[in-house]
Amino acid sequence: MQTLPPKFTDWFATKGWTIHPHQQDMLDRADAPALLLIAPTGGGKTLSGFLPTLVDLAEGEHDGMHTLYISPLKALAADIKRNLTTPVTEMGLPIRIEDRTGDTSQTRKRRQRADPPHILLTTPESLALLTSYEDAPRMFKGLKRVVIDEIHALADSKRGDQLMLALARLQRLCPGLKRVGLSATVEDPAAIAHFMARHPDPCPILMADPGPPPDIQMLHTDAAPPWSGNGAAYAIPAVLEQVRQHKTTLIFHNTRAQAEIFFHNLWLANEDSLPIGIHHGSLDRQQRERVEATMVRGDLRAIVCTGSLDLGIDWGDVDLVIQIGAPKNVKRLVQRIGRANHRYNAPSKALLVPANRFEVVECVAALDAVLAGDLDGDPRGPGPRDVLCQHILITACAGPFDADALYAEVTSAGAYAGLTRAAFDACLDFCATGGYALRAYDRWQRLLYTDGKWHLRDPRSSQRIRMNIGTIQDTDTLKVRMKRNRGGKPLGEIEEGFAATLSAGDTFLIGGQIVKYEGLREMTVEVSRSAAKKPRVATFMGTKFATSTQLSARVQRMFTQDSWPDLPRHTAEWLALQRDVSQLPQPGRLLIESFPHDGRAQTVIYGFAGRNAQQTLGLLLTKRMEELGLNPLGFVATDYATLIWGLDPVDDPTPLVDAAALHDGLDLWLAGNAVMKRTFRAAATIAGLIERNTPQAHKSGRQATFSSDILYDTLLKYEPDHLLLDITREEALRGLVDFGRIEEMLHRIKGRIDHRTLDRVSPLSAPLFLEMGRVPVKGQAEERLLAEESAQLMEASGLAQITPAPDNIPLKRR
Amino acid sequence: MNTGYSFDICGARLTALGSGALWWADHGLLCVSDLHLGKAERVARRGGSALPPYETTDTLIRLAAELDRLPVRVVMCLGDSFDDLQAAHALPEAARLTLTQLQAGRQWLWIEGNHDPGPVALGGEHLAEVTIGPLRFRHIAQPDTQAEVSGHYHPKARLRLRGRAVTRPAFLYDDQRLIMPAFGTYTGGLFSDAPVLQALMGPQACAILTGPQPTAIPMPR
Repeated sequence: MQTLPPKFTDWFATKGWTIHPHQQDMLDRADAPALLLIAPTGGGKTLSGFLPTLVDLAEGEHDGMHTLYISPLKALAADIKRNLTTPVTEMGLPIRIEDRTGDTSQTRKRRQRADPPHILLTTPESLALLTSYEDAPRMFKGLKRVVIDEIHALADSKRGDQLMLALARLQRLCPGLKRVGLSATVEDPAAIAHFMARHPDPCPILMADPGPPPDIQMLHTDAAPPWSGNGAAYAIPAVLEQVRQHKTTLIFHNTRAQAEIFFHNLWLANEDSLPIGIHHGSLDRQQRERVEATMVRGDLRAIVCTGSLDLGIDWGDVDLVIQIGAPKNVKRLVQRIGRANHRYNAPSKALLVPANRFEVVECVAALDAVLAGDLDGDPRGPGPRDVLCQHILITACAGPFDADALYAEVTSAGAYAGLTRAAFDACLDFCATGGYALRAYDRWQRLLYTDGKWHLRDPRSSQRIRMNIGTIQDTDTLKVRMKRNRGGKPLGEIEEGFAATLSAGDTFLIGGQIVKYEGLREMTVEVSRSAAKKPRVATFMGTKFATSTQLSARVQRMFTQDSWPDLPRHTAEWLALQRDVSQLPQPGRLLIESFPHDGRAQTVIYGFAGRNAQQTLGLLLTKRMEELGLNPLGFVATDYATLIWGLDPVDDPTPLVDAAALHDGLDLWLAGNAVMKRTFRAAATIAGLIERNTPQAHKSGRQATFSSDILYDTLLKYEPDHLLLDITREEALRGLVDFGRIEEMLHRIKGRIDHRTLDRVSPLSAPLFLEMGRVPVKGQAEERLLAEESAQLMEASGLAQITPAPDNIPLKRR
Repeated sequence: MNTGYSFDICGARLTALGSGALWWADHGLLCVSDLHLGKAERVARRGGSALPPYETTDTLIRLAAELDRLPVRVVMCLGDSFDDLQAAHALPEAARLTLTQLQAGRQWLWIEGNHDPGPVALGGEHLAEVTIGPLRFRHIAQPDTQAEVSGHYHPKARLRLRGRAVTRPAFLYDDQRLIMPAFGTYTGGLFSDAPVLQALMGPQACAILTGPQPTAIPMPR
């Protein structure tokens, strides 16, 4: 057993701490090339990761960087710096610790490259950027350990894939580099071990004591949850009461928009003026930092937040976690619950608050799953090639490279272990020439091959590549500021699409306050304070969680029960009402409801296939409806159902859900649909075809940029087999399209359809009408609406009198 | 669809086509603006990414389709026909051939734009600007002028339809002026409510949305 040096044992003693068993284990196995620790939140995970580093550095004999710490969040890096500095200062250790993120100043960044600290705390994107510099070998010289915190949060994202490719590069620079992964409880530790190890080396897994089971319940309210909606406003009094009874409460929401509405309502009801804050990723950085600092001081009684607080930042004495809205995913719920009682071996206390009655069912299903220890998750496919393309470009920025060596390096990352040489070469060719059948760029290749090595043709392109490093796909956003003479207080960001719908005088919610849109100035939205009562809610980008397969299945089973003793009465009654008015979805059958609402013909398909597959079903069905002349206008999908609205009602759904017809339509449809275009946009941006940031873009306006849809349409028309379209198809089928689950559903129902024609919205379908993420269908209906609307406008404005009607133009006579 | 939207400016009866081209039947004249041929080549040349190199082909195919269905005697390219002069010189052989074929038996006018300010080594006449009938054609609109047809701004307009918005490249016109949408495949646009467009266009201005059925609306401001 490796014993701690006296300096350390003394320090532990002054704190009244003893070393946890898994911390000792980590110390004992400090020489393992790779090691994965799975420990519950509050298990002293981070210190476990750093102990071997601190001991190693205590003698002051190491020059340069010793340990690289990677976290998925900038805030986490800053937080860890604070927490590490305490023991280092108190023990008087000769260790320099610095963080480096997108928020670090340029001067400091430059200095860090010239004179690296012993411990550098950073994010995957900042690390990728560091590896793109020619002086990377010098900066990382002597690096011994890399600690990846919250690796579970990275392991199922492209950020994680990019990180592992960067580590493969570091491993070549520093062959002795040891990897340590720190993870919360996950369903498949072996998958994470495979992901983080240098392939084919093994990666042993250390399991810490999982601690006592959580104390988790559904919140009791006097008021029943509403039929629909996401705001959970009915629960405000009960939530406030809980906040009063606890020291610090974290109130989690699934989306930023929901967090904004809830915070607004909470504040209106907060008669005791309890200090309550809001924190989400679209708020201005200064605002977020202020909330974080207040939180750390223990001055906040509650904080309304989103996934931006999901990860293990130590916010002090949180003793209650409240989840508003269905948790969608059991694994994430368990991790959020772990945020309460950040002490080892104390049970976490959590409350679930369904926002509507549909979610009551899902919350009960999730509670059952948590108590059964039944975590969910789907295995990931092979490493995405768009990330590889970006990695190749990053490699080229650092200097000329050898293709064989790079291939060997890339395949040492677990996710890319199965990458064929041909697939690698195709990515390399894409980076070098664009990979088009028409060899148009022979003179202007991005990468040239000279003397056995690949290098950038134009050194200027390294700047452009560096400006576009990263795999996080944000929608275009605009900054929001208070209108003042010299630029007022920054509030945060809203989506450009939302900003485009605003007219002067419109009010919306941001950062918990209601503001009035004044106008746009130099791509910044200027607002003023407003006393409006009913603001609109700004839309934000950000993850929209999909309910996991396992949780969907649990919910589906609950729907098939005869009675629901486990459900609150109001929800059981609601399901009973649905059974009376229409019917509940039956196993092995497909329930479809049709009814008029809001001047449109509505159709709901309860497929229980998960959000992505239901989304695809929406796209396929609207296409069929277009063919059948039913003039569909759009649809929205949830994990359980798809709602389609159009101009004409569906009288017989059988020809719609014909398996063969759906399948035949897939390829053609796949080509033209919005999901594919969205997926393409992401892949093309990551792979470096679309540059989100260019040196010129700062000066010129937006007139020069054109939509990525144009690129997609052009490629599809002239080179449908291009690498990027292949990547797009693969990704869409696996992720957003999920056709497999549609086929599984069609197979399950074998044509057995229950079609109910109703005269109004059914109880079960009501929540669908408040779902965000409505997808418009661009078909004949749009042209029809366009004609109607324009005629009206011309008439109303009086322009119709002075403008002649359109007429036919002469055709060439042949 | 063979329909267009016809309107009058200073006595000239013009037709806005769904493709973004302008048809002046009285003169047998087809006008297109901002083709930006060779844009992908220029981006690559300057160290940017290698965009799908098919936009020149695509733009010319769409232009050819209009020439095929209308009795066109004069073709006018209203500036920024090439993404820069070097792109014009580096035009692929196939594109040159297509252009030559399109030019056969017609008068062809290249109007200079800010992207292509000099003559190019292709058939046709090169002009800074030109007057035909009552209309003055130039690339960039001049304030306080009359009877003018221009391009340059790539105008587009947005129309809100019961719960959704449609954005299309658009012709902007009032009684004295017409600003053409960009015809090139790789072109973005400037919303009609941009200050510069608002300043140029009179209070009675209309926007004609391109698409399967060109549609006029009061210009969104």
